[in-house]
Amino acid sequence: MPDARSTILAKLRAGRDAHPVETVPSDFTVLRDKRWDPAERLERIKRMMEAVHTEFVDATEQDWPAVVQAFLKEAGARTLLYAPATPAGARLEAEWAEGGPDLVRYDRSVDEFKEEMFTAIDAGITQTLGAIADTGSLILWPSAEEPRLLSLVPHIHVALLRADALYDTFWQVMTENRWADGMPTNALLISGPSKTADIEQTLAYGVHGPKRLIVVVVR
Amino acid sequence: MAHADIDFGPINFRGASRAALKDPQLRANFRRAMDGLMSKRAVQFADSAEWHAMRALGASVRLRALSKLPELLEKLEENCTRNGITVHWASTTDEANAIVLEIMLRVDARLAVKGKSMVSEEMHLNAFLEKHGIEALEADLGEYIVQLDHEMPSHIIMPAIHKNTKQIAQLFRDKIRGAEYTEDVAQLTDLARRVLRKKFMNADVGISGVNAAVAETGTLCLVENEGNGRMVTTVPPVHIAVMGLEKVVEKLEDVPPVLSLLTRSATAQPITTYVNMITSPRKAGEKDGPREIHLVILDNGRSKIYADEELRHTLRCIRCGACMNHCPVYTRVGGHAYQAPYPGPIGKILVPQMEGLDKRGEMPHACTMCNACVEICPVQIPIAGLMNRLRAEAVHPGDAVKDAGSQRSMAEALVWKGWAATFSSPAAYRMATTVLSTVGNAAPASLPLLKEWTSVRAKPRFAGRTLHDLAREKGIPDA
Repeated sequence: MPDARSTILAKLRAGRDAHPVETVPSDFTVLRDKRWDPAERLERIKRMMEAVHTEFVDATEQDWPAVVQAFLKEAGARTLLYAPATPAGARLEAEWAEGGPDLVRYDRSVDEFKEEMFTAIDAGITQTLGAIADTGSLILWPSAEEPRLLSLVPHIHVALLRADALYDTFWQVMTENRWADGMPTNALLISGPSKTADIEQTLAYGVHGPKRLIVVVVR
Repeated sequence: MAHADIDFGPINFRGASRAALKDPQLRANFRRAMDGLMSKRAVQFADSAEWHAMRALGASVRLRALSKLPELLEKLEENCTRNGITVHWASTTDEANAIVLEIMLRVDARLAVKGKSMVSEEMHLNAFLEKHGIEALEADLGEYIVQLDHEMPSHIIMPAIHKNTKQIAQLFRDKIRGAEYTEDVAQLTDLARRVLRKKFMNADVGISGVNAAVAETGTLCLVENEGNGRMVTTVPPVHIAVMGLEKVVEKLEDVPPVLSLLTRSATAQPITTYVNMITSPRKAGEKDGPREIHLVILDNGRSKIYADEELRHTLRCIRCGACMNHCPVYTRVGGHAYQAPYPGPIGKILVPQMEGLDKRGEMPHACTMCNACVEICPVQIPIAGLMNRLRAEAVHPGDAVKDAGSQRSMAEALVWKGWAATFSSPAAYRMATTVLSTVGNAAPASLPLLKEWTSVRAKPRFAGRTLHDLAREKGIPDA
């Protein structure tokens, strides 16, 4: 008996070859032409993300670690999970003052501290590759240095966004940066804190992922 | 425990829809939800030029993928394999279930957490796994709710849309240990969060669907709002993704238009909270993510649908559910009346082709041909036309659709033969209209064929004189 793979592919080939599918050219102009003035992009991103409960905090290249610390202290976070091998992680380690939330290093496999991550971590911090004006989305490419769960398991996700890394559309980001040449293990767009409308279409935030998403705009 | 093992008995759309129509709570729940979804979607596509350009682009992406379907599936397999994702092929849902089970047994899995997947509903995967002693827990809040109540989803995007808050509050109090009754949606959500986070942490396997699989890069794309999709694809050591074979797109750049049309049509969001693009399992040095990813590519009748030049357009579907939200029949009878994994307009064309016209011959008739679904379909599927085609297939034996001809009735065939003969002969037509305008009104409403009509409608009245007569009297010449 032939295996499922060859059976399926043979049927598809026979069906298609008997009646080829008529196609029309894909015209991406509608996405190519979607542009915003660079000055408008951040405003739009803010407006769209705030509409879905994202919080924005302003900072500078010099003061962002202090701004993050002050914010988390105010929010009552006791622990902050971070990626020590990233440039942002190095800054946090060097500049974290006494008395703030405790810094927890994400420098080992999750398997070694899964329970701790799920039960004892209040906040996680990541960098981003930028943000998208069209949909109000952050772009994240987690890596060996900056793991995937940093932006998912902690109740508060703090994301650093450089004010000069703003794009118009998702399509523009991936085509201009040639994503198709090499996708990472996991690429993400994040447009707000976790939410659901599954109970009578009433919006509720923080169903499985972070309850709060804090975007720190670094200028 | 799993909702897929509910036995409805014989499929009976007519009976189930009659019962649904008599349930004022159910009708109110659906009416309210569908009205909200329709108006919110309209805002997303307020720019008509943009809408037309986007849906033309979406349709072109889907058609291009279908035009190269076998080659793209091979390319997807090749790239996934290179990325470390194991690809499996299944002709039937039984084969797909067996593949999933084999993986589970090999890793000695006791608990699987699931993201929303319509293909897994098609497979009745939960019931199958439970039978083999594996707990399969739905993690999408809506799916979790219907699973708690041993139900099937009633909408492909919003599975628990048939329930209101009070009903869910009662359900949680009854089924979740230690839960107190509350109608506060934030508290109910938090309750589910506490239960499910423990499950994510302890699950052996995560199961998800796929919204688009990219042949060019071997990437699986998933959209969701809750984070459960990311949890099930990131936390457990093994991730199994199941997809219908039509879900492939050619290039990575095809993904943004498809996802934009999907999320705007489905829930009126510019994009969902999370767009999750998965290209490989955990690589050396990476600290999280599953160590194994399996992709199960399911046929389940799709290759047969694909063989027909017209019906293959069913496979363009991106599962946004907008056709349901805009369907006057779905809005009134709700999702459960269809007793099928896919309800509403797309279900009415897809399910009969998958399961056969013998079992599902009624579905294509549950349509008023109002064309609302055709107007809002983001990939321009001619749903009403396909519905009509299936009605014809149901009464004409043939090879195009499973069990074609099974709904044929001698009485109906004779009536149509008579109708055709009457309308193609002027003498017969004259005689028939004369007879009907003279004595037609004397026919009792209880006559065999008339009875069906008059059971819910007024009996049609014949005019005393035919239109031809009146026209002639006015001096309009016969052609």
